[in-house]
This record gives sequence, C-alpha cells and structure tokens, in this order.
Amino acid sequence: MQIPTGTQPGVEGAVLKADVRELDFYYGAFHALKRVSMPIHDHMVTSLIGPSGCGKSTLLRCFNRMHDLYPGNRYAGGGIVLYPDDTNLLAPEVDPIEVRMRISMVFQKPNPFPKSIYENVAYSLRVRGMRNKNELDDRVESALKGAALWSEVSNRLKELGANLSGGQQQRLCIARALASDPEIILFDEPTSALDPIATASIEELIIELKEKVTILIVTHNMQQAARISDFTAYMYLGEMVEFGVTDQLFIKPQKKATEDYITGRFG
Amino acid sequence: MVNAADPNAIRAVRAIIARAKRWDLFFALLGILSLMVGVLTFSVLFLDMAIQGVPRLDLEFFTSFPSRRAANAGILSAWVGTVLVMLVTALAAVPLGVAAGVYLEEYAPKNWITDIIEINISNLAGIPSIVYGLLALGLFVYYFGFGQSILSAGLTLALLILPVIIVATREAIRAIPQSIHEGSYACGATTWQTVRDHILPYSSAGILTGVIIGMARAIGETAPIITIGALTFIAFLPTAPFSGEPPAGLFDWIFAPFTVMPIQMFNWTSRPEAAFTVNAAAAGFVLVFMTLAMNGLAIYVRYRLRKNIKW
Amino acid sequence: MTASAVLPSRPVPSASLGRGVSDRLRKKASRHVKERIIEALLFSAAAFSVFVTVAIVYVLVKESWVFFETVPLSDFLFDTQWTPLFDDAHYGIMVLLSGTLTSSGVALLVAIPLGTVIAIYLSEFAGFKVREIAKPFLELLGGVPTIVYGYFALTFLTPLLQKIYPDLPGFNLLSAGLVMGIMIIPYVASLSEDAMRAVPMALREGSYAMGATRLQTALWVVTPAAISGIASAYILGISRAVGETMILAVAAGMQPNLTFNPTEPGATITSYIVQVALGDLPHGSIGYQTIFAAGLTLLLMTLAFNLLGYWLKKRFREVY
Ligand SMILES: Nc1ncnc2c1ncn2[C@@H]1O[C@H](COP(=O)(O)OP(=O)(O)OP(=O)(O)O)[C@@H](O)[C@H]1O
Ligand SMILES: [Mg+2]
Repeated sequence: MQIPTGTQPGVEGAVLKADVRELDFYYGAFHALKRVSMPIHDHMVTSLIGPSGCGKSTLLRCFNRMHDLYPGNRYAGGGIVLYPDDTNLLAPEVDPIEVRMRISMVFQKPNPFPKSIYENVAYSLRVRGMRNKNELDDRVESALKGAALWSEVSNRLKELGANLSGGQQQRLCIARALASDPEIILFDEPTSALDPIATASIEELIIELKEKVTILIVTHNMQQAARISDFTAYMYLGEMVEFGVTDQLFIKPQKKATEDYITGRFG
Repeated sequence: MVNAADPNAIRAVRAIIARAKRWDLFFALLGILSLMVGVLTFSVLFLDMAIQGVPRLDLEFFTSFPSRRAANAGILSAWVGTVLVMLVTALAAVPLGVAAGVYLEEYAPKNWITDIIEINISNLAGIPSIVYGLLALGLFVYYFGFGQSILSAGLTLALLILPVIIVATREAIRAIPQSIHEGSYACGATTWQTVRDHILPYSSAGILTGVIIGMARAIGETAPIITIGALTFIAFLPTAPFSGEPPAGLFDWIFAPFTVMPIQMFNWTSRPEAAFTVNAAAAGFVLVFMTLAMNGLAIYVRYRLRKNIKW
Repeated sequence: MTASAVLPSRPVPSASLGRGVSDRLRKKASRHVKERIIEALLFSAAAFSVFVTVAIVYVLVKESWVFFETVPLSDFLFDTQWTPLFDDAHYGIMVLLSGTLTSSGVALLVAIPLGTVIAIYLSEFAGFKVREIAKPFLELLGGVPTIVYGYFALTFLTPLLQKIYPDLPGFNLLSAGLVMGIMIIPYVASLSEDAMRAVPMALREGSYAMGATRLQTALWVVTPAAISGIASAYILGISRAVGETMILAVAAGMQPNLTFNPTEPGATITSYIVQVALGDLPHGSIGYQTIFAAGLTLLLMTLAFNLLGYWLKKRFREVY
C-alpha cells in the first residue's frame, strides 16, 4: 500500500503515522466505538475531545491494545494501520507487547511504580532486555531531561517515585514512556489530576515532545486542545463526528454538533 | 528504539519479546504445577483414606463404642461427643462473636481502647490452638472446676473460633452500603434499631458463612482437647437430660467425660496394629467428610449471597 | 460524645429538640437508657477478647512460676537435655526447640515457594474461572483437620519416603514437616494473593503499557507493591508451623532429640505438651508444670511473630 502523504489540506508536509479505519469496538455487548475513522499525523499533536463517556479513552486504548488485558473486550471490525510498515495494530496475529513497545502511554492519574525514580524510568528499558549499566544511566538521564524533570531529581534518583509531587510524578511517567523511544505516545487526560501550574508545564512539554514523537491526547479541556494540538477530533456517543486541523475546527466547525459542543451550547 | 523501517531492529525486538514470553509460559506452567501439588496431595490423602477406611463404614461402626478389639470398635461415643461439644461451642461463640463484631463496626469510637481490642483480636487469631488448650486446662478444668468435661471442651473451642466469627461478622457488616445505614437513621431509628432491623438481617448470610467455617475448624481441632485431658477411651454416652441420678437436670451432660472424633482417630492412629489403622482411616474419612461438607456449605452460602444481593 | 467508627452519628441527646409532649420526652429518655445498656453489653462482648488474652498470659505465667521456682531459667535455656520425667531430670528447652525449628524449616521450604508461586499465578496469570475454582479448593485444603494430615504423613508419606531412603525411621521430622508444608500452602497463597490483588490496576496498566509481559509485571511491579502483605502472609505461615501440633505428635515421634536433621525423629514444644497431657502425671507435679513453661515459650515465639507481622504491615503500608 502507498503511504499517503499530505492528506490534510492546509498543513504542509503532514505525513500519516497511523490511520484508524472504520473501527468497531465492544465492551462485552456494549458497542463503544462505531465505525470510527481518523488519521494520525507524524510528529504532530492530535487531540480527542468530546463529552464524558463518548469513547475517547476507549479509542486511545485501542492504539496500544490495553483492551487485550481484560476479557470480554472485542475489536469487531476495521483496524488501526501504523505506518511506515503498514501493519494493522489490531490484527490478532500482531503481538500486543510489540505494539506497546512502539506505542507508549501516559495515564490520567500519575501511576509511578513503587520503585525509585531511576528504576521507574529504567523500567521500560529493562523490559526491553537492556542490562548495561552505563547505557541505562544515559538513557534514563536523557529521558528525564526530555521530560523536563532532570534538574529537579538528578540528585535524588534513588528516592521513591511516589515521593514526588503530582506534576512531577506525571512528568516521571512521561519520562518512563519516553525512555524507550516510542513512535507514538498516548496521553489520557494527563493534566486532569494536576493544578494549573503543573498543567502548564506538561502542556509545554507536550509541545516540545512532538519533535521526537507523534502524540495523541485525550482532553476535556478545549482550551488545552486548542493550545497544544495540530489536529482535533470530536467524538460523540462512540462516533467520530468531525476531524480537522485544530484552528479550523475551533473557528469554523463543519458540523452543527461540533459547534454546539465547542461553544458550550451542548446539553 | 524500534525503527519500524529497519527489519533488523524489528527482528531484535521480536527476539526479546519471544524470550520474555518463554519465561511467561514457563512460569504459568510452574504455577499450574504448584497448584497440582496441592490437588494431588489432597486427592491421594482422600483416596488413600477412602480405600482403607470406607469398607469399615457400616452401621455398626457408627453405633458401637470403642473396643480393645479393632473389629468391634466404633465411633458412637466419638460422634455423640463431637455433636455435644459443638453445641456448647456454637452456643457460646456465636452470640459473643457476633456481639463483638457488631460493637466494633457499629458502636466503637475511634480511640485507644478500640485499637487495643482490634489488635488483640488479630493477635488471638494467631495464637496456636494448643495454647488455648493450656488456658482451658488452667482456667476451666482447675480454676472453675469444670473438670475434663464437655463444657470445658466446648468453651475451649469457642474461644478458639471467636476471632473467626468476629472477623466474619465485621466483614459481612462492612459489605452493607453506607446508604442503608443512612436510610435507617434518616427514619429516626436508634443505633440498636438500625442494627436489629437492618444490619443483622442483611449480614446474616455472611455471618453464617463465618460461623460454619469456624465450626468446621473446631470439629477437627485435636490438640487443645487433648490438652484439657479428654479421655481417649470412652465406652459410654453422657447421661440424657433428666435421666441421671436425682436431682437430674436438663444439662447434666455438660459435665460428663467425653471423647470426640479427632481424638478417637488419634487414638487409633497411634496404635501399631494394622486393624486399628483401618479404624483410623474410617474415622478420618468421616471427619474429613464432615469438614468438607461444612466448608462446601459455607462456599455455597457465600456464592448464593453474592448472587442474590444487589444493593 | 464520641463518633462511631462507621457513622458520625449516634443517638443525639434530645435536649435541643422540641419540648413538646412530656410523654414523648419520657419515652426518649427510657429509650436512651436501653440503648446505653445494649451498647454496654456489646462492648463487654468485644472487651471479652482482651480478657482471653490476659487469661492466657496469666495462666501460663502463673503455672510456669511453679516450674521456674524449682528449675533455674539458665537450665531451661541452656541445658542440652530434656528429660523431665526421668529420675535425672533435665529441662533444656532447646531440645524441643530444635524439633520445632527443624520441622518448621522443612514446612516453610515447601509452603513459601509453592504458596508464593500459586499466589502469583492466581492473581496475575489465571483466568477468572481457574481462580473461582482454585480459591475454594485451597480453602478446603486448609480446612482438613491436622490429625488427618498427621495420619497421612505417618501411614502414607513416610512409607513412600522409605522406599527412596530406606534408612528413614518410621517417625521422622521430614515427613511431618513436608505434610505440614502442604497444610500451610493455602494460608501463604491465599493471603499473598489478597495482597497482590489489592494492588491497583493502574500500576499494572502502567507496566503493560511499557510493553512488559505478565511475569515482568508480576515480579517487578505487583510483588514489590504487595511486599508487606506478602511478608505478613509468610509470617502467618511461620507462626502456623511453629504452633502446629497433631501432625508432629502423630508422625514425628515424641522422643526429645537435640537435632537439626529432619530425617531423625524428634519432639517439638507442641508434641511434648500432647505427650504429657496424654500421660497421668498429677497436676502440680514439676513434670506436669513443664507443659506450661513449654507453652509460655511457644506463646512468646508466636507473639513475637505476630508483632513482627503487625509492624511490617504498619511500617511498609503500601504506597500506591
Ligand atoms: N470496561 C468497560 N466495560 C463496559 N463499558 C465500558 C468500559 N469502559 C468504558 N465503558 C463505556 O464505554 C463508553 C466510553 O467510555 P470511555 O471511557 O471511552 O469514555 P471517555 O470518552 O473516555 O469518557 P471520560 O471523558 O469520562 O473519560 C462509556 O459509555 C462507558 O460507560
Ligand atoms: Mg476517559
């Protein structure tokens, strides 16, 4: 298959990184995603917005096959194609662990492991079989720097990750996701448990990160989506209502439903 | 780290994953194997005892007293003793344990006295049963002068299973949602009315489960009863109510000497003759059957409880 | 007025309520008295458990006193013989202690590895169905009367071991210890599993999202997070092993034997108490009082373990 490029008008040189195609997903009998399609562009920030329960987290968690952890969850049609190798992430023969090694995730509530700061970051490298102390040290340092945390923790790497403040913990989780050099990082409302200052620093960080990785972020905060993302997708009741370049979607939405939601007229 | 365009990198990652997954599989097998050790031991134990003992199980075995001749010996005094001891145990432990559990969940203020009671109960649960036997020997047998009687044994086992019942009661009560409490208080009920009309009825199945498990444990307890000096050879039954020497009363039997199932089994197990070993197997089979039945009942009650209750 | 542990409310004195019908007030007052009486009764039931502990300590100390008036503590602790029933009586508790430690050691070598592996398997690997069957089964395994385990050790396992190792005596600590280990597995497995299941799913998801396998998640994330609960499961296992009586009384023989070799017969603190209780020594004789001294030793040991477990729980309360 050809790698489609520049599919989005108005954004110079946007290259597809992944493509969600008519994806159906079920929690048991509950149809949570209904023929959802959307593109994800390389080295861009794409945000998912929509009212609570519309399926944002559900879609996000398809990307690294988190749903495989629980019985009863079912990918029922369509898929997510990852480029440049053109693999369907959801194909049964594709190993979820391999997917997760390529696509990492940061959660809503910071969830550092009950380990030292150092070990938290080294974890994703150890999982990949890395044992060399020097190499680990280097990678941990650069991941912590990448997550803008190094200066705050460089002299307390042996302390428990849980001793950090909430915002620091979240940046630790970002460092953890960053350490293994993933292709995409998924963020599920990464700032909803944080105060405004910590939120601002995470937002800044996410904008910096797109130099290195592709980012898909779920957020409830429309200003946040407008501030940090290049593309935005609006979902409602398990369906993709509208996808577009962020500025256009917020200024001139194509659909009435989107307009109602972003102008706050939504019920 | 994974450069998707580079087939070598992909291959390297797949090799790492494959190795990690081999360990996963290895551990899963180890887990199943470990479970099997338990299953196998239990099956062998049960079958071995059944093969040896079941042929010995006829009506006579249940209606005969122990005897010097293995072939004539039976478990009449043992099972009657067990039933009577369990009766005393239940009568003592259930009200006390439930009351304590209710107090701790519904009444207890948060202070050091409550803390001490709570720590104490979890500590009691960890004290070996034979120590309860020594307590009973000093307290019931000699100090209160109950002697080596059904009463002493029943009370000993009651103390032993008290923590089990308290903990079960508390857990059952804790499973009741706060909204039920609030609903009751909102109707103007006092604490006791709330407990009597709501808490106890709704937690009764959970408490029952705990009581059954506690009794199943008590039925098999041997050490504390040996310690209070239960006799191993009892060829008579306790006097029935009102049938002893005058002035005969309803509860004369509680001061009778006695034996119980596990002690009878112990007695036969310690004999070198093979014929007594067969008796031990038969008694053991009955004993295991009783505890299994009680545990099974508890599991069933809990299962029904989980299925039926929707808050 | 103190707040209840569960509810902030308790029947509030009606002073501030309307001073309406005097009759109603009177009813309130009597109701209040009744509530108080009931609360007092329930409190005494709860406080009774403290009385039990006090009684245990009192009885053991008082009866041991009689013993220690005759036998110096140093003899009790350092003598290497235990022959209270002989004319040349010796009271070296370490003889019984060696039996207790040896058999417990064997039991824990079985129970801790198997129990831990089972716990990890059930909590992190097994499907819902397997767990629903395995947990009650483990409970059953833990509910089998220990006398039955003793019978099994004596009449089945020992003859089996003798086929492999013909010099093994008919009574030995090994066979008793092995069976005791099997008996303890459910305690270790079930409590460890509870501790692991209490680890929030968010931590596991964090690990899986990094591309970890089940085993990596189990060993590197879940187990460290649950470590204090697992440690207290082990401690409970140890205190079960030390206090176990009937398996040893039946299968290990009751001759006191200062040894750490499990292939020998030996008496433990517990089986010695059984032996004396079965005999016909008169209450008050020095031989008889030995069982209280032995019991006190046992109580102090298990108390130490309980406290250690309690401390571990407090000290390393999981921080998720
Ligand atoms: N494990 C589950 N089992 C069954 N239904 C689920 C499960 N998780 C989510 N759902 C349902 O799927 C729908 C989508 O849920 P999802 O968590 O994706 O919503 P969301 O858009 O992320 O909402 P929020 O903004 O509140 O996080 C909801 O209706 C929810 O009730
Ligand atoms: Mg969500």
